[in-house]
Amino acid sequence: MMAESTNFTHGIDINTLDRVGRGHRRIEEEEPSFEVEGLNLYYGEKQALKGIGMVIPSKCVTAFIGPSGCGKSTLLRCFNRMNDLVDDCRIEGSIQLHGEDIYDKGVDVADLRRRVGMVFQKPNPFPKSIYENVAYGLRLQGVKNRRLLDEVVERALQGAALWDEVKDRLHDSALGLSGGQQQRLVIARCIAIEPAVLLLDEPASALDPISTLKIEELIYELKNNYTIVIVTHNMQQAARVSDYTAFMYMGELIEFGDTDTVFTNPGKKRTEDYITGRYG
Amino acid sequence: MDKVDIGQHISQQFNAELEEVRNRVLGMGGLVENQIANAVTALVERDSELAETVVSGDYKVNALEVAIDEQCSHILARRQPAATDLRLIVAVIKTITDLERIGDQAERIARMAIRLAEAEQPKNQYIELGNLGNHVREILHDALDAFARMDPEAAVAAAREDLRIDNEYNGIMRQVITFMMEDPRSITPMLDIIWAARALERIGDHAKNICEYLIYLVRGKDVRHTSLEQMEKEVQEAHKK
Repeated sequence: MMAESTNFTHGIDINTLDRVGRGHRRIEEEEPSFEVEGLNLYYGEKQALKGIGMVIPSKCVTAFIGPSGCGKSTLLRCFNRMNDLVDDCRIEGSIQLHGEDIYDKGVDVADLRRRVGMVFQKPNPFPKSIYENVAYGLRLQGVKNRRLLDEVVERALQGAALWDEVKDRLHDSALGLSGGQQQRLVIARCIAIEPAVLLLDEPASALDPISTLKIEELIYELKNNYTIVIVTHNMQQAARVSDYTAFMYMGELIEFGDTDTVFTNPGKKRTEDYITGRYG
Repeated sequence: MDKVDIGQHISQQFNAELEEVRNRVLGMGGLVENQIANAVTALVERDSELAETVVSGDYKVNALEVAIDEQCSHILARRQPAATDLRLIVAVIKTITDLERIGDQAERIARMAIRLAEAEQPKNQYIELGNLGNHVREILHDALDAFARMDPEAAVAAAREDLRIDNEYNGIMRQVITFMMEDPRSITPMLDIIWAARALERIGDHAKNICEYLIYLVRGKDVRHTSLEQMEKEVQEAHKK
């Protein structure tokens, strides 16, 4: 019978077509990680964030984009209360992590920051060995069992896609690594203590293009286990790595949606102008 | 630049996306091939039930076209593909347009089959049409095979076959005109046969277009609207480099 002679049909199921690719992700169907409501933030008299309300989905990559000074880093820093360290910073509204208000008086900030790890623009390894950098968090928690430490260090370095490059020199100084390797080391240090969320503030902007791609590939791998929020100046990077994109402008959240939609058919003119390079 | 390798990106996800697009195009091609085969069988064997399944199945081809187009626009927006990757996406977007049109032609043939199944006609008049149909399907198969293997030489060979399709089509036309002159009562069904032959001939042209897109993808040369000799020359010249 002629109809059977084809080799190409690859078992495509037409009925699944409306849920193909990532284009049809729906934020309502994701499990929430952070829930932000009516968030206002002031540095002294100046209001830096204006009435932000959003839900950061769990085990996805959410990217914040927007021009300099739009408040994206400030918002990111709210998620592990880094803004507490800034004098005359005042916050209104609420941020919940898995249903628990992180600005509640009873919250142990050190514990919050253990659950919500952060990586900065410039890699900041400690002036110690590679091994000690990764084991640092556990040592702080009082872990002394050598076997357990070895295990966690290896797992974290593998998770950060660095193990193969450093396994023969774990006790060399971390400062001898390249910038891209240092950044991955910092990520390994973060995930060694198994946080729920990773906040990445411009994690690749000080790196060369190949290291940048490696970090992006790592982010893609990590989202299987962690909720990731990334701030980036590079909107192509946001397009490449994220599932959801938030566009911010002058302290306001202008648009928040799945990345495919934001980059192919944004809902707001401001967003369109920014991502097409018409201003900003 | 002789071999096209869509893997090997640092981003595994990008590899996976390109591979998926490519597989989907081949899947869509397979589906379209089935549609033609069934339409031609329905016509030759006067099987209106089979023809109905072709008509009702065309939406799948359309759905795939929409889905692949969307996927390609997402890749363009997210990855800004360059060089081979860019040519792959451009070639895919154009290829699926031709595949969708082939699907429409198959549906058209199936509709004629439904009409002709009701008319009283001796079977043997469809044999030529059946041969043409098989030939056209082979060309499409070869074009898709060349696409699957990224083989421009095979694409040229498939494109060359399209000349034979045109000859067969002309042969059928002459024959049908003779029948119509002999017996004017046969004009109505014969017109349907002409339309069906015309649809098959168009499918051959679309398959040839797909071959041209593949040569563009692999060799980076645009060989549309050139002669077959020119096409061959481009493929061989690029090969020497």
